[in-house]
Amino acid sequence: MIDFFNMGGYGAFVWPCFTLAAIVLVWNVSAARRLHAAARERALRRTGVGEGG
Amino acid sequence: MNWTWFHKLASPPHAYRIAARLAPWFGWPAFLLIAAGLYGGLVLAPADYQQGDAFRIVYVHAPSAWLSMFVYGTMAVAAAIGLIWRIKLAHAVAASSAPIGASFTFLALATGAIWGKPMWGTWWVWDARLTSELLLLFLYAGVMSLRASIDDRDRADRASALLAIVGVVNLPIIHYSVYWWNTLHQESTLTKIAKPSMAGDMLWPLLTMLLGFTLYFGAVLLIRLRAEILRRERDASWLRAEIGR
Repeated sequence: MIDFFNMGGYGAFVWPCFTLAAIVLVWNVSAARRLHAAARERALRRTGVGEGG
Repeated sequence: MNWTWFHKLASPPHAYRIAARLAPWFGWPAFLLIAAGLYGGLVLAPADYQQGDAFRIVYVHAPSAWLSMFVYGTMAVAAAIGLIWRIKLAHAVAASSAPIGASFTFLALATGAIWGKPMWGTWWVWDARLTSELLLLFLYAGVMSLRASIDDRDRADRASALLAIVGVVNLPIIHYSVYWWNTLHQESTLTKIAKPSMAGDMLWPLLTMLLGFTLYFGAVLLIRLRAEILRRERDASWLRAEIGR
């Protein structure tokens, strides 16, 4: 297990790369979802759907 | 030829619905492929005889570099379709692609730099491959800020489309830079389909990651496209019926 995290002495380079990749992958999905939710919210308000129940 | 299917597809309400239905078909296979690729790349693949375990960075570096170019190509083709046939949905696709592509260009540059430190002894060199990839990041930034700086949507669409199309010149430069110039960056591993210069147990996780990242882009693009359609079709009556549910 320690060997795995050590990555033959390159752990300090390998893990930051995979962490960065994870951040970019998660960010893209969450940013896109937030964008869609916000656009939907604005569109609902604009079209008057949801007003007055 | 009957083009009604095309016009139907390009109509915002239809595209909005189709995008919602398609997104999971890209997203879930992408998730599974990336998970399998990570396991294959980090656990199953043996260490490289020259680079040791540092070579494993390629499993995120190469797919992000591939996406940086593939997304740009997608964006430019969509922009051209929007410009030539005046299809607004195509401009929406182009607008949705840019931030995704920029994020993967950043990832390709960052992982490349981190790999370069132990392997080349430097984070950065101004060689052809690295410089042209950096230029790609600036192109994305240019397309996005040009779009953001113009209030009128049609003009913003046209101007950013033009810049995106002109920037396509950079794609072959990035790809062939390692052959045209004497660069530090190694040559492609995968273009030699007949005889890839990588062993099978190292190769399959890479191919899996490449496919996974590509499908992942499809999923994120579809979600962004839905948001973009809502933003553009502000007063259309279909919106009420579609999102009021």
